[in-house]
Amino acid sequence: MTAISNRASARPAPSSTILSIKGLTKIFGGLTAVNSVDLEIPRQSIVSVIGPNGAGKTTFFNMITGIYEPSSGSVDLDGVSLLGLRPDQVTSAGIARTFQNIRLFASMDSQENVMVGRHSRLKAGYIDSLLRTKRFHESEKEAEDVANLMLEFVGLSRFRHELATNLPYGDQRKLEIARALATSPKLVLLDEPAAGMNPRETEELKSLIRRIRDDLGVTVCLIEHDMRLVMTLSEYITVLDYGSKIAEGLPHEVRNNPKVMEAYLGRGAAAGEYGKEEQLKGGANA
Amino acid sequence: MTAIRPGSQPPVAAPDRSVALIVLAVISSALLLISQESSWLARLPSALANFLKNPLVASLVLTFFLANLLFAYRWKASLWAKLLVGGLSLFLILPWAGRDNTSVLDLAIQIGIFAALSLGLNIVVGLAGLLDLGYIAFFAVGAYTWGIFGSGQIGKVLTYFKDNSANNGPVVAVGGLVLLIVTALSLRAINRVGGKRTPVASWAFLLAALGLVIGVTLLVRGLVMLAAANAAGLTSGVNPNFFWLFLILAIAAAASVGVLIGLPVLKLKGDYLAIITLGLGEVIRVLANNLSTYTNGSQGITPIGSASVPWFNSLAGAIGFTPDQYSLFFLYFVVLIIIAVIILANMRLDRSKIGRAWIAIREDEIAAQAMGVPLVQTKLIAFATGASFAGIMGVIFAAKQGFISPESFILNQSISVLSMVVLGGLGSIPGVILGAAVVTILNISLLPSLGEATASLNLPPQVNPAQLQRLVFGGILVAMMLFRPEGLLPSVRQRRMMHEDDDPSGNMTPQDSLAGELKPENAAEVYSPGVATRADNERGGGTQ
Repeated sequence: MTAISNRASARPAPSSTILSIKGLTKIFGGLTAVNSVDLEIPRQSIVSVIGPNGAGKTTFFNMITGIYEPSSGSVDLDGVSLLGLRPDQVTSAGIARTFQNIRLFASMDSQENVMVGRHSRLKAGYIDSLLRTKRFHESEKEAEDVANLMLEFVGLSRFRHELATNLPYGDQRKLEIARALATSPKLVLLDEPAAGMNPRETEELKSLIRRIRDDLGVTVCLIEHDMRLVMTLSEYITVLDYGSKIAEGLPHEVRNNPKVMEAYLGRGAAAGEYGKEEQLKGGANA
Repeated sequence: MTAIRPGSQPPVAAPDRSVALIVLAVISSALLLISQESSWLARLPSALANFLKNPLVASLVLTFFLANLLFAYRWKASLWAKLLVGGLSLFLILPWAGRDNTSVLDLAIQIGIFAALSLGLNIVVGLAGLLDLGYIAFFAVGAYTWGIFGSGQIGKVLTYFKDNSANNGPVVAVGGLVLLIVTALSLRAINRVGGKRTPVASWAFLLAALGLVIGVTLLVRGLVMLAAANAAGLTSGVNPNFFWLFLILAIAAAASVGVLIGLPVLKLKGDYLAIITLGLGEVIRVLANNLSTYTNGSQGITPIGSASVPWFNSLAGAIGFTPDQYSLFFLYFVVLIIIAVIILANMRLDRSKIGRAWIAIREDEIAAQAMGVPLVQTKLIAFATGASFAGIMGVIFAAKQGFISPESFILNQSISVLSMVVLGGLGSIPGVILGAAVVTILNISLLPSLGEATASLNLPPQVNPAQLQRLVFGGILVAMMLFRPEGLLPSVRQRRMMHEDDDPSGNMTPQDSLAGELKPENAAEVYSPGVATRADNERGGGTQ
């Protein structure tokens, strides 16, 4: 399925769904962080989950990737349930992610960071490593090749042997994306990839995300606050507020949805939130 | 292979020191041999001979000699010079010096044992970042594995069972075997069930695991009962040639205990893990103390045999060792071989996906798991690998001492090994070996000899070094950590992390200052994409 046909059809056929989430709920003590959210992610699409701070977006991601166990609901990747899997098993199943607060391996250089991402796909095991078998050498070469390829893909080849912590902030985010892509995912979840980036970097990120979908054929789901990015990039948007889904649809549908306006405007006491509202409008006019 | 790896390179600009290395090696070897050979000492003028006989001087000479190995490793010199100095020192001079004074060989074996322990703990603490304060327990497991079988203790155990149990050995053994098979199969079946595990399944799993442990215990007990008839033939332990088999068995036993201890506790981390491993380490020691049927309790097991290789003994005899020194001479070379194997295994694991996974877990568990690293499995591998190094050296320890008791495996020993690892440099293979050597030499040779040397001075006890050994040792540790917190020979990783900002050339590139300030809050403001990177010019070895 090509990107264009995806964008053209408003609601993709069910058969093209890669990730299907039904009634996903997480209750922390007395707080319902995510309340019965449904989401269908079409194959090879770019979809976004947006919402004000504390809307439960990251909790939602953490349930999909196995970090939190859902209180109820189901998550199916390509028709296979992910419930009860550990995070590393979810990664092996084909979902990779990045983190809102960057979590790189500080004492490793960029290449090694990405090589760790290849861990679950390498065939060599403990004995191979000890005996330096043929399989070990093949695996190491594979890890290195994939790492270099991914670093080149996100444009960080020149930082290959630089400690991850020494990279500029925006590049650290790209490195996290490269690391996630090295796991050969079907679906990649990006948690606020544009946070802390300047407009120029955000533009680069936008084209990078498009290339992840177009060149690698990986479905992308992102959480993002930058409305301009979300509105121009996403084919489908889901809006969360207080843990519940309040709207979903194509960017122009969501943009004009009164509930969404209210969710962002209604809590507009803080100046930052007005800023977001302006961004929301800015995105609308763009 | 990636380019940046732990390990040590000599400084880039250092001059070639092959000649200096060889000269130093010759001087120190000569000094060592003279000071250890009574027949040569006798020919010297008495003043000089007495000076060399002074315990402190002798100890310093030995330290100087061992330092040559470090120089050979660190200095920039021709490979042949390094190999010559290293090989001759280890294989010729040291055994030769140990001929008259076996304490030299004893010290060398002790350094070897602690180096192996440090390398094992280094995997757990240095690479995987799991603080383990009960590490010595695995050493105890290895030591008791050979201690019980290599001495008359096994005969005593069998005699005990012969006298004290009804003749139902076959029944117990078969019962244990059946229970073992049934529970193992049910564990497998429960594990096969996919998806989320129900509480009932969890309880069933626990029950089956308990049954498995009971099954193994019953099986072993049954087998012991069956073997009890042979008690008479084992009054002095099994055939010493089984030593080799027990080296392997000790690895298996220690690794299994590592996994058993690791399984329930590895969900914890940091301080909690440290305390719980401390407790479990003590549990092993208390077991050794209280299972007196098997371990002879606090009185310990003695004498413990050691393997002997006839041609090796005749070699030792030919170069002047007396028969009671054969085993020490033999064990010295066994230790050398084992250390070489351990270093090789350690390096290979470090530079593999296992090593990367360990470091990833140390840096960030959540991110590591999200990248597909199975946490529990990877941590268990670290625990088991570290434990197996300790297990094999436990056998050597038991064979060398000829005596083991729970006293040898107290908490202090765990702390001591940990201090070697930290002192040498967390995560650095040459570092922890050096750390083990330094601490062992200080504890066994230098500090006691300092006490001996000053014993005749009649100093008041408050300032007498003999009384203050631990204080001096503590002071050295504190000073080391203050001035070299990254360790004596830090790993490349550690050095890069700790000294990233002291650029030796002193010129900060714009990126240097940026990297420090780049916090999530102000990143967008301070970072400008136009600034050139220092990625390329740093390859010249800026921070190396």
